[in-house]
Amino acid sequence: MEIGHRRKERLDRGVKVRTEGLYALMSWRELGYLTMPRLVLIIGMLILPLVMPSMYWQRVISIVCIYALLSLSFDFLAHFVGLVSLGGAFFIGSGGYIAAILNTILGLPPMVSIPISTLLGAVICTLFLFPCLPLRGVYFAIITLMFPLLLGRVIEALDILGGTDGILGVGSFTNSWVEQYFIILMVLFYLFGMRRLVNLDIGLVFRAVMDNDQAVRASGINLTYYKTVAVFIASSMGCLAGGYLAHIYMWAGLSMFALDFSILPIAATVIGGSGTLVGPVLGAFILVPISELLRAFGTLRIVFYALILLAFIVFRSEGIMVYGQRKYQQFEKWVKV
Amino acid sequence: MNNQPILQMRGVTKTFGGIFALNEVSFDLFESDILGIIGPNGSGKTTLVNCITGFIKMTYGEVLFRGKNISRRPAYKIADMGIARTFQIMRPYFSLPAYKNLVIPLFSPRAKRTGGWRGGGKLGDRNAVSIDILEEMGFERESYVPYKMASNLPTGYLKRLELARCLALKPEIILCDEVFSGLSMSEIASMVPLIERLQIEGITLIMIEHRLRELFQVANRVLVLNFGEKLIEGTPGEVMADKKVKEAYFGSEKVEEVETYA
Repeated sequence: MEIGHRRKERLDRGVKVRTEGLYALMSWRELGYLTMPRLVLIIGMLILPLVMPSMYWQRVISIVCIYALLSLSFDFLAHFVGLVSLGGAFFIGSGGYIAAILNTILGLPPMVSIPISTLLGAVICTLFLFPCLPLRGVYFAIITLMFPLLLGRVIEALDILGGTDGILGVGSFTNSWVEQYFIILMVLFYLFGMRRLVNLDIGLVFRAVMDNDQAVRASGINLTYYKTVAVFIASSMGCLAGGYLAHIYMWAGLSMFALDFSILPIAATVIGGSGTLVGPVLGAFILVPISELLRAFGTLRIVFYALILLAFIVFRSEGIMVYGQRKYQQFEKWVKV
Repeated sequence: MNNQPILQMRGVTKTFGGIFALNEVSFDLFESDILGIIGPNGSGKTTLVNCITGFIKMTYGEVLFRGKNISRRPAYKIADMGIARTFQIMRPYFSLPAYKNLVIPLFSPRAKRTGGWRGGGKLGDRNAVSIDILEEMGFERESYVPYKMASNLPTGYLKRLELARCLALKPEIILCDEVFSGLSMSEIASMVPLIERLQIEGITLIMIEHRLRELFQVANRVLVLNFGEKLIEGTPGEVMADKKVKEAYFGSEKVEEVETYA
């Protein structure tokens, strides 16, 4: 068979988890087929702290989880609501500073200050972003990119909240196992929660807002309300990560508004597969450790990093997860044309 | 049928810059009427629909719905009151299957409130309800068509989907912006009974059309717009006989056989 006289035929395996509320599982084999990918992910994430060789790599796991939450938040807003948000740094900064203030001034332990900073930070971020909600696409992205710069400059110029030194002496987690499993469980909770959410009826409304917001208005649905809810959910993820970051670094400072937190989630989403929700998490689990491993190259690190990104975009532009899903869920064979 | 008009337009005017897209348009719409709005390109038909449904704000004038002024309300509140519209350029939710497209209007406050759909309302299964509505609109229930992605549907089905999206709101008035355009003759022939059925069910319709022959089949009143101004309003027969209408459509030369152009 020559190339050009054949094409790849794809057939769905046709095993679905939910069909009209009925669990369409016929055999252990199908059950395994459906649960395997999920189990691999959950168990894999849960044993990660156990298999990591050193404190250093355990800390890397925590950072990976922070980026995973940010990537999840980016993917949700960009591919399910249609708001391309570069506000990762904004969310991290808000959550981080709130957790630091709560901990240093009120003396709240991490397990209290993180949930409060999640909710309070999400409220604040949503209030800031509220006036920008009529914007779409790249215009929303520009505005959200501006906010972290703005807050950082305000803190620097007015010398409030510790100024350029940041807030020092934030309490840490008492136990390193608690520290790691807390964030891992949070990533799993948000990941499966979001996957469920986007398939609920309210999730369909979010997706409809992305597809055609005029028709949503014509359907008697308050567009601004649903966009606000979506931004609240997304920023709560970022603020949770920010509050957690303040506690593991025992410090909240201006570098929390660094652009890394806005940009790396996009790269992770591209690599992992946009619009899959799992993909961006996997992307973060690939990109952040690679970036750590490349430290051996010193200043050339960013060059190799860029090359790896480039290779992904050229050869697997659809993303790992989309590619993987297709290979897993479909039979493929070459047929003669 | 009572004598109180369901929708009244009072001197609706919309300017874009210095151009009058609509100039002092007034008319009354009575319950269960089908009002056809015709006019040459750029005469302000779609602008009129946009003004009524709140998608653009009119410069001045007012729209009364059952005696209540709705001209300053946001679009989603007007839809919530029962004025649904279709779009000239169909843009369904492309990333969703056809039946999931209807889950969105069924999720709206109005659908939850009215909830008269079998099994619909607050606790109902919206998927089942949307399949029911699609079947009414001519999607074959047993086929795979309602489950297809909206991006793969042909034009005829997309038009039906637009109408179904309106119907899911249980509207009192539907404003159809060119539902017949882009359809083949046989597709139009199958749409006409659907429109007539809506009227029998007591829904008031405003239809913008360029397909005059089909429009005059269903419409009982016709309004002609030209350069944003109301030329004439009357029964299809009156409108066709009017000299000003012929001039607006075909220029000032005398035209004998209007039907052949329609």
